Amino acid sequence: MALVRPGSGSAPPAKLRWGELEEDDGEDLDFLLPPKQVIGPDENGIKKVIEYKFNEDGNKVKITTTTRTRKLANARLSKRAVERRSWPKFGDAVHEDVGARLTMISTEEILLERPRAPGSKAEEPKAGGDSLAQLGKGGAALKLCRTCGKKGDHWTSQCPYKDLAPQAEAFSDKPPTSDAATGAAGTGKYVPPSVRAGADRTGSDMRRRNDENSVRVTNLSEDTREPDLLELFRPFGAVSRVYVALDKNTSISRGFGFVNFVNREDAQRAINKLNGYGYDNLILRVEWATPRTN
Amino acid sequence: MRPILMKGHERPLTFLKYNRDGDLLFSCAKDHNPTVWFADNGERLGTYRGHNGAVWCCDVSRDSARLITGSADQTAKLWNVQTGQQLFTFNFDSPARAVDFSVGDRLAVITTDPFMELSSAIHVKRIANDPADQVGESALILKGPQGRINRAVWGPLNRTIISAGEDAVIRIWDSETGKLLKENDKEVGHKKTITSLAKSVDGSHFLTGSLDKSAKLWDIRTLTLIKTYVTERPVNAVAMSPLLDHVVLGGGQDASAVTTTDHRAGKFEAKFYDKVLQEEIGGVKGHFGPINALAFNPDGKSFSSGGEDGYVRLHHFDSDYFNIKI
Repeated sequence: MALVRPGSGSAPPAKLRWGELEEDDGEDLDFLLPPKQVIGPDENGIKKVIEYKFNEDGNKVKITTTTRTRKLANARLSKRAVERRSWPKFGDAVHEDVGARLTMISTEEILLERPRAPGSKAEEPKAGGDSLAQLGKGGAALKLCRTCGKKGDHWTSQCPYKDLAPQAEAFSDKPPTSDAATGAAGTGKYVPPSVRAGADRTGSDMRRRNDENSVRVTNLSEDTREPDLLELFRPFGAVSRVYVALDKNTSISRGFGFVNFVNREDAQRAINKLNGYGYDNLILRVEWATPRTN
Repeated sequence: MRPILMKGHERPLTFLKYNRDGDLLFSCAKDHNPTVWFADNGERLGTYRGHNGAVWCCDVSRDSARLITGSADQTAKLWNVQTGQQLFTFNFDSPARAVDFSVGDRLAVITTDPFMELSSAIHVKRIANDPADQVGESALILKGPQGRINRAVWGPLNRTIISAGEDAVIRIWDSETGKLLKENDKEVGHKKTITSLAKSVDGSHFLTGSLDKSAKLWDIRTLTLIKTYVTERPVNAVAMSPLLDHVVLGGGQDASAVTTTDHRAGKFEAKFYDKVLQEEIGGVKGHFGPINALAFNPDGKSFSSGGEDGYVRLHHFDSDYFNIKI
């Protein structure tokens, strides 16, 4: 805000000189300022002090200081403690200058950080189906066989049911439907999959829906493969597609992938739970693949 | 809560002590000046000038008139709390470590470090009412334990002295005859140096912290192990809440390893445990180095921690602290 000097006929100087400031400008300008205003403290202990000052350039500045006053300790002091309050300072404290700032109040709010959310202990058994909760609980639960889905018994490579397990068909975009094949067999003529009997004719529709329930996972480690992602996301609900982007030349993971859920709620739960989840020593970032319109 | 940061010391903190009313906080550090602060707002009241070495420990009399400090300059000093005036100096031939006033403040126990060919010792001194009558002679000298005695405190009715230190053994001595009465069971005891010892308010049990990454709760009379609290880092300091069944452990990695690692990895937290369930309640972060000293205000509504970083952090608990449920 520009400074305007009332009264004097001469034009106000664009800038005050520092020499003048000291002697005369000190008093004759201060009366121009609005009075100091103190608001509060309100019930939250928030106190606002609004002051006006001239800065070096002669401009008026409004300084709003918001402070929170609070009771530090319950003031139930003994008589002697009250007496001690008025003891004179001694030792090095005598010559303490105000600028020393030996005692400061932390600018940072420090909380008593709970090792787990309060009350979560009671919930843990209930969330037994949630494999993530168990993942966090220790080594045994981490041992999850991807082939047979058994937890804590053996690793995938040592799975005794390896041969019995069906090939990971869930990874392909669309599981081959047997009745579609039989429908085409009758005529012997090639029928595109999209117009075959039993096929989903609303292909574009489905794609859109899929896109909606598509979750982008970034900051994946290079070693993460599609089965790993599937394993990670399956606990949240039915997964229709898992894709990890690979570099075309080197076929090394590019560090991101997509997971499509059948249900939107499952996807949302997965995002809530897995965003910021530490996976393979990286912090995952999980978000909706397309910006949500609603 | 927003802790109050007190930067009065230039070197690592070694000990913190509240007076009985809980309005004064005494801090000792490796710089030579023990300091007294107002425990509510953290304002510095004064410093006690006269020591010429690191100050390891202090104790204040029940009426908050006298302060005793033990220092590496081979002395223990008595001070006038109000004026910062030196009243008396006990001279030793080796650095003094732990000090503790007895109930009634008529006796004080002072431990001295092993030094040159001298072994460590526990001295009992009579404290005269009038500093002019004070004498330096020890009423009793206890010897025997190997290595430094990091803490020595008075047992119930001043009948015993409890000591703990580098040899990881807790000993109970007869304070009259100097006879060794009890040693803790080696099977359940600490495996490494005991760094700290804190008595409960009623004096029925005490807590020891050790570099073996655990703290143990003992019965003060029978020396039976009651509880063990296991943490991830060496424990440098322990404190017990006088109000709730909480114990606080402070520590962090060794000071020499601090510069080589990220401070987040150091776990420089004051960890709260449930005294009975031995379960962790939470951690209070903030220090940039290991916590060397912890003290609870006698009203149980605030606590302070002193770190290797030279800061004292005074925490007034938020109201939700008092109804934490496990």
